[in-house]
Amino acid sequence: MKKFLAQSYIWLLLAMLYAPIIIIAIYSFTEAKVLGNWTGFSLELYKNVFGGGLNSSLMKAIQNTLSIGILAALLSTMLGTVSAIGIHNLYGRKRKVMTFLNDIPMLNPDIITGISLFILFIAVGVSQGYTTILIAHVSFCTPYVILSILPKLRQLPANTYEAALDLGATPAQAMRKIIIPQIKPGIISGFILAFTLSIDDFAVTLFTKGNGGIETLSTYIYADARKGGLTPEIRPIMTLIFITVLILLIIINIRSMKNTKK
Amino acid sequence: MPKETAIIDIRHLSKSFGDKQVLKDINFYINRGEFITFLGPSGCGKTTLLRMIGGFLNPDEGEIVMDGKNMLDIPPYKRPFNTVFQRYALFPHLDVYDNIAFGLKLNKLPEDEIDAKVRKVLKMVSMSGYEDRDIDSLSGGQQQRVAIARALVNEPKVLLLDEPLSALDAKMRKDMQQELKEMHRKLGITFIFVTHDQEEALALSDTIVVFNDGVIQQIGTPTDIYNEPVNEFVADFIGESNILDGTMIEDRKVSFLGHEFECVDSGFAPNEPVDVVLRPEDLYVMSNLSKAQFTAKVLSCTFKGVFYDIMVSVDGGYELLIQDYSHFEPGSEVGVIIKPQDIQVMHKLCTTNETEAKVIDSNHLEIFGECFECLPLDAKYSTGDQVRVAIDFDKMELQDNQEDGTLCGEVYFIIYKGNHYHLTVRLDSMEHILVDTDDIWDKGDLVGISIKKENIRIIA
Repeated sequence: MKKFLAQSYIWLLLAMLYAPIIIIAIYSFTEAKVLGNWTGFSLELYKNVFGGGLNSSLMKAIQNTLSIGILAALLSTMLGTVSAIGIHNLYGRKRKVMTFLNDIPMLNPDIITGISLFILFIAVGVSQGYTTILIAHVSFCTPYVILSILPKLRQLPANTYEAALDLGATPAQAMRKIIIPQIKPGIISGFILAFTLSIDDFAVTLFTKGNGGIETLSTYIYADARKGGLTPEIRPIMTLIFITVLILLIIINIRSMKNTKK
Repeated sequence: MPKETAIIDIRHLSKSFGDKQVLKDINFYINRGEFITFLGPSGCGKTTLLRMIGGFLNPDEGEIVMDGKNMLDIPPYKRPFNTVFQRYALFPHLDVYDNIAFGLKLNKLPEDEIDAKVRKVLKMVSMSGYEDRDIDSLSGGQQQRVAIARALVNEPKVLLLDEPLSALDAKMRKDMQQELKEMHRKLGITFIFVTHDQEEALALSDTIVVFNDGVIQQIGTPTDIYNEPVNEFVADFIGESNILDGTMIEDRKVSFLGHEFECVDSGFAPNEPVDVVLRPEDLYVMSNLSKAQFTAKVLSCTFKGVFYDIMVSVDGGYELLIQDYSHFEPGSEVGVIIKPQDIQVMHKLCTTNETEAKVIDSNHLEIFGECFECLPLDAKYSTGDQVRVAIDFDKMELQDNQEDGTLCGEVYFIIYKGNHYHLTVRLDSMEHILVDTDDIWDKGDLVGISIKKENIRIIA
């Protein structure tokens, strides 16, 4: 009995955590306009998503989300890799200070990051839009990339870089042929992490998108919901995003598990 | 000026990390084709020097000249040196073949030439057939061989080896020593070897450079360094030894253990305090007491395989280590003879701690940055004056708790002087102070030092 109670507690907890997503997923297979009405199984909403049945502003929002996600992930991965190598080569106190400074943006609430970027962009007089969203996303993704690469650098055998130079590699060759290949798993994990963080973001995007009418999926849904009721096609889109993120997370976890085994 | 045979000339090299000076004005040269070893305890600066020769560190001052060219202008990847690193620093994402071929591929050598060279060098380190193996699948000794092969395949003029054998077990290490020596003989290039293992240094080297505390203590052949150490540090660090305080009475006559002995050293000031080194195998021990120079009582006699380690006590509270082929019963009286040529007499590095001090007031001095009470000062001194003070080795007290002493430090080096210990304590200010004590301390112990006011002597 005790065991049963303990187990049901866990399941209850999991159910509460996942219920919202599961409900969205279930209701993505029915045509009803209002969430909560079951009007029979149908793939109509999925057909609409893939068959061009979406309105153009939603389509545009999805495109923005994906392109910002990929670009932000690429840029923050490049920036993060270089920064991580730099931090790794610092000694003692300097390194501690830099790692600490890198941790702060990750702990900072999104809303504060968003508002401060908003104020910054106004202060320097940049008109807000696609570029400012991208800059904002790169800025909050980069610390995570650094965080996923630093442990890989620490695992490098001592004197790896020196050994490459010693054998005749220029600093650039040592990076390209020796350091980067060895920290590649961390770079890839960092890229995936940055991508999921970017497509997931709402608060920062809301404050940095400006009034030019540019929307990402998250801000579009927010606006859509306030206008009165979600567009039904959002349900399959949410389900697909959830599955994508889930797969990416599983990939990251498997990769890190493989590494610890080594 | 270095000789014609010099390949590398090191001039006035200094390096500090923060406020710690790890190399202090180093000057020496390395002969072409020799096997030279930098020997010293950890933190003595030997690895720093090797890294500078390799080009991975820049000195604060001085130059490293090779064949007339200052190497400091040349980046590591253009220096004709290759290094075997302490933990090998192999590239785990490449297999054995690609690790070794790395340097050759960078030089854009034709494929078949690379292939021939890699196979040849693998054969030389007895690793043929391991081309396709992953680095992680190799044992420590095998990784070691790959690291050596990877360095040698580029045909360097100088091979740098940074404690390459320290990660191997004892038997493996002995084998690798033999192989390294053989490789050196075959290749004829210069080997620069860094180690803290004196046995390894004695077995391998043509020349040994002994470092301590960023300063070269002695340069010489293994036999020179073993038989004629220039100071107590070298004597204690290389091999086993009895180091005793003595007095040089006149040329060829030295007094220690309360007796006078004939020796072969000269050129000391009359009655100069000296350090005397007696190697345990050079002391002759016998049951016949009448012919002995002095008598001793056997404390212990331990069989070491070929010889016995015999600890004896001598009048005056001295203990000596003697090595002999015969067994002597503990408790028995024995006679000891020391031949003149077996007594190595050395100048003392210093006979007292001398340092600058600042007058705080008529009863206080600032010494090593701390305030000490002293005997009332002469009226001619006023606040802020610089004076020189001396504190004798045996006039200090060591405390277990750093807080109990005025000075704080760490025991850095210990020499047993037969009847007392001679400690070098590194103060928090990185300065060294020498202390004689009867108590047993360990290297690395944190100690407080207090000095009574009557023991602070003003000398200038």
